[in-house]
Amino acid sequence: MKSNEQMNRTDILLKQAKQRVLILDGAMGTMIQRYKLAEEDFRTADLADHPKALKGNNDLLSLSRPDVIKAIHAAYLEVGADIIETNTFSGTTIAQADYGLEHLAYQINYESAKIAKEVALEYSAKTPNQPRFVAGAVGPTNRTASISPDVNDPGYRAVTFDQLAEAYKEQVEGLLDGGSDIILVETIFDTLNAKAAIYAIQDVFESRGLPLDPVDGGIPVMISGTITDASGRTLSGQTTEAFLISVSHIPLFSIGLNCALGAKELRPYLKVLADHAPFYVSAYPNAGLPNEFGQYDQDAQEMSDQVEDFLKEGMINVLGGCCGTTPDHIAALARLASKYGPRKLELLSDSDE
Amino acid sequence: MSKIKHRNVLKLSGLEPLVFTPEINFVNIGERTNITGSKKFARLILNGQYDEALEVALDQVRGGAQILDVCMDEGMLDGVVAMQRFLNLIASEPEISRIPIMIDSSRWEIILAGLKCVQGKGIVNSISLKNGEEEFVHQAKTIKKFGAAVVVMAFDEVGQADTYQRRIDICKRSYDILVNEVKFNPQDIIFDPNIFPVATGMEEHRKNAIDFFNATQWIKQNLLGAKVSGGVSNVSFSFRGNNPVREAMHAAFLYHAIRHGMDMGIVNPTMLEIYDDIPKDLLKKVEDVLFDKHDAATEELLEFAETVKATDKKEATAELWRDESVSKRIEHALVKGILDYIIEDTEAARIELNNPLKVIEGPLMDGMNVVGDLFGEGKMFLPQVVKSARVMKKAVAYLEPFMPKAGDEGYSDEQSSIKKILLATVKGDVHDIGKNIVGVVLACNSYQIIDLGVMVDAQKIIDEAIANKVDIIGLSGLITPSLDEMVYVAAEMERQGLTIPLLIGGATTSRIHTAVKIDPVYSGTVIHVTDASKSVPIAGESISEETKVAYHKQIKETYRQLRIEHEAKQQVKQMATYEEAKANPVFIDWGSFEPFTPKKLGTTVLDDIDLEVLRGYIDWTPFFSTWMLSGKFPKILDDKVVGEEATRLYNEANAMLDNIISEKWLQAKAVVGLYPVQRVSDDLVMSEQGLSFHFLRQQGKKGKGVPNRSLADYIHPDKTDYLGGFAVTAGWGIEKKLEEFQAKGDDYNDIMLKSLADRLAEAGAEYLHELVRKELWGYAKEEQLDNEALIKESYAGIRPAPGYPACPEHSEKRTLFDLLEVEKNIGITLTDSFAMYPTSSVSGFYFGHPESKYFGLGKIAEDQVADYARRKGVSQAQAERWLSPNLAYTPSFNVQES
Repeated sequence: MKSNEQMNRTDILLKQAKQRVLILDGAMGTMIQRYKLAEEDFRTADLADHPKALKGNNDLLSLSRPDVIKAIHAAYLEVGADIIETNTFSGTTIAQADYGLEHLAYQINYESAKIAKEVALEYSAKTPNQPRFVAGAVGPTNRTASISPDVNDPGYRAVTFDQLAEAYKEQVEGLLDGGSDIILVETIFDTLNAKAAIYAIQDVFESRGLPLDPVDGGIPVMISGTITDASGRTLSGQTTEAFLISVSHIPLFSIGLNCALGAKELRPYLKVLADHAPFYVSAYPNAGLPNEFGQYDQDAQEMSDQVEDFLKEGMINVLGGCCGTTPDHIAALARLASKYGPRKLELLSDSDE
Repeated sequence: MSKIKHRNVLKLSGLEPLVFTPEINFVNIGERTNITGSKKFARLILNGQYDEALEVALDQVRGGAQILDVCMDEGMLDGVVAMQRFLNLIASEPEISRIPIMIDSSRWEIILAGLKCVQGKGIVNSISLKNGEEEFVHQAKTIKKFGAAVVVMAFDEVGQADTYQRRIDICKRSYDILVNEVKFNPQDIIFDPNIFPVATGMEEHRKNAIDFFNATQWIKQNLLGAKVSGGVSNVSFSFRGNNPVREAMHAAFLYHAIRHGMDMGIVNPTMLEIYDDIPKDLLKKVEDVLFDKHDAATEELLEFAETVKATDKKEATAELWRDESVSKRIEHALVKGILDYIIEDTEAARIELNNPLKVIEGPLMDGMNVVGDLFGEGKMFLPQVVKSARVMKKAVAYLEPFMPKAGDEGYSDEQSSIKKILLATVKGDVHDIGKNIVGVVLACNSYQIIDLGVMVDAQKIIDEAIANKVDIIGLSGLITPSLDEMVYVAAEMERQGLTIPLLIGGATTSRIHTAVKIDPVYSGTVIHVTDASKSVPIAGESISEETKVAYHKQIKETYRQLRIEHEAKQQVKQMATYEEAKANPVFIDWGSFEPFTPKKLGTTVLDDIDLEVLRGYIDWTPFFSTWMLSGKFPKILDDKVVGEEATRLYNEANAMLDNIISEKWLQAKAVVGLYPVQRVSDDLVMSEQGLSFHFLRQQGKKGKGVPNRSLADYIHPDKTDYLGGFAVTAGWGIEKKLEEFQAKGDDYNDIMLKSLADRLAEAGAEYLHELVRKELWGYAKEEQLDNEALIKESYAGIRPAPGYPACPEHSEKRTLFDLLEVEKNIGITLTDSFAMYPTSSVSGFYFGHPESKYFGLGKIAEDQVADYARRKGVSQAQAERWLSPNLAYTPSFNVQES
């Protein structure tokens, strides 16, 4: 039975997490760029006459060039990633609306999860001691629920909580149907968007009779926010601790930070999470800060030198890379992480007050 | 091992966390944004005045509210829409959204709408068993899904809990359902066990307070994790109209409720007496009622209340202070700013103490310390403090002839332990209102102020500091070039071996500039002071023997960190090249635009503008902010906290304005010019006069459809277009009056006159702009706007001023002055740093294109600076100095050319 099988996979993941730092993969976009794909690569047969340009809609490649996506997943699994993320960062009706492809949202998520799961199972079979997992990636969409895009009308919103929850629900359904082992809500720059995603996840779990708590065999949920600059706040203005408090209402598998900053810059905010979070802590920084051309220069060695700092202090449970990172970076992180233990979650009794 | 901090406590969040750690005694919920509790808020929301309604929220936060209760339950209102709109607006005000929101409604659909608008973890207020368990469970589950905490009313199918037993029964039942069935986090449950009125005369109300106390205690002991909240003002309901009694009742009730475990509550801080300050006889009667001590308790409190009401404290005590001891009288005069008896009292003290110096160091300084403390605690406001200083100065002036002179018996060089602070506005700058305010505030806190005035040369500052053995130097400046001068003063202090602390203040200064530019060149303590009220603790810590070493270390470290962060940010900042920026200008459809030829080209001089006319153009809001009273005019006059003081200040300002106009203290003059220009890239060329203006362009990387603005964009790229310029002053004649005030040591009127002259100059600019739009240029002949609309700038065209955000480079003022022949026409002069004198002057450009807008230049890159230097014909190093706050890079250090 599917739910039993899932219970097993969740169980295995929880056991693995107790023992070591789990490695998440690196950037998808950076790898896709290496293929120098053209407009036709983004077009499935059905979309041959689609009126809008589709190049750059990377999520669509799961349908049009699954070979490319598979190869990228394999490259990360090859160098030791435990968890790979589905190619679904923009897989909501809201984000796909830019391309006029709202109708493909479910399919993109379903196929992306399926592809990832296939490769992950292949590698699980190759390395039975290192089972591999698929995290269904849920991106922030391109709209914010608590910031007005119109400077003259701060009360205006380009998207509502209900619209977001609806779009996320469809995405999560697709990701689960395709076989995701984990749901990862990532690159959160507006906590209200994330709360809509968490709301949608609860809806979907409820309707499928899935327990919320991974300990009870539910699908683990990972949450990863983005601190946009040295102010130490999300784009929507929250401090790291306020962000943590605002998304702590379901039993998360992990909470963490990704994107916008390099490992060194991320450290103080990860420390806040390590100090306060009653969940595992994840981090997948960018390969440093972008240079003036928007490119990332930090190589694998430099990044792992910076990461070593927080591994040493036992602040991390899940480690990976965001923009600009490649299999080289992930290989270096995996080597490094094997030398250090994970952050220990000391569950305190109620008498802590 | 990571030990999770505060795992089992209530945690809420806005933009920042609010964690109910064991150290938190009581959390105060702001309730002026509750439409059912605040008439003013209700009126604003019903009128759709959301901006003003936001200020109510802001006042609550500034007044110390830690959670903001928002309620839109009003029959005439679409509560769902109002809740959404208000919460969305709050989300865009970081100072408000810093704290968690309490979504307060008796209607479920409004609660749901509210939950969908807050990114933080807030509180829903409230749910209850009123309509049975099914609805209760459903609502609780939904709230949990949104991740909010919840207030549960002690209310069930039968009704509101009105006895101890009913309170605990309903709370226990609610708790069990929430924890066991809904799996609600016990920490997120907040009970409201109903605060009901006491002393109503009705038998069944006698135990209302004591039942609440006991129920609170029971909940805290038996329902683990749960919190208790309540609306405090209910308890005194039967004493409406008798505020002294109500305030005492609130204070006493809260005192006991907190001791019984109440965690948070809705309390109006202005309706709260300090528990220790409640007169003992009143307190006893109140506590007898709260605890239902005996049968006659209510009767006795009612009787007593009549007497409290009869004697209005304030009026009865009006002149009583004259009977106090001389030191008390002096303190009273200082705190209240009363000049009438100060000479008489000072003389009495001089005779009593037999030493004029002891009068200063004794009663006068003691009184000023009280003033300083009250100001520090936010219980006195700046205009009051300045009046206190006026009383102080008058007393000191009276004592001066009695002071021992050098050579006299009893004279010693180290006469006093009073610390000295030297203040100066740096060379090239003439602005001093802010500096004078800092001087007054510091003088209130036992510092002796040596004020060197404006345009003070670095060497003079250092020489005077050494000669007077000062303990601190404070530098002030308003215009950008002053920043460089401050760096120079600091470097000279270092070179000449000074080690005393250096305070930096003024509108143009910033913490980041101080950290990046000034701190590294001086090894002594350098501190940026954001406003006058901060100057006192900073001065204290930086020179006190106990703290100065640690403080020095701490500040140096803070600034070092700021420099590192600044450096990091510099790298993050994405810049376009100047070429790219130029290729992304403001889009204007020039094809359908024909430049409007001004009715009167050339220069127009207005020699004596009627001040009575200008008076109608005054924007009062900045006037109040000069006096550190924040709020918009005219609403500020009704403000709960500062309204009374603001009204007094406003009345006194108008009285002075009457005199300014009738006795011709000031004269206002202006020059306006309108000229044909040709645009050449980002320069505007006036070939007739042989002059060019050079503009700068935003260079940050912009999103799609967002232009890199330059003011030059508002001028036709090909055809001959038109540009205006103006200079206006309201400062003629001011010196004579200021001298009179200074001779009397009257800082209050000195600052008042300067701030009014500034307002008149700004009013002059507004008046001229209208004249230009309607007549001289004439492109808006039909315009009909009242003063409020003018202040909101609801007209076509702008008047940006050199040195301000859109064109921050001050040296362009020189060109503007040459064009308008300002010195010759109306006599305003420019200092080396391009500050205007008289100070109360305004100058700027006129752009007439209907799409022209104000904006901030932001950071610019080296390629543009190099080009700008070339266009202006100056060295790049010179341009970098002029533009230093706007540089996105650290210029290579050249030898200082000055």
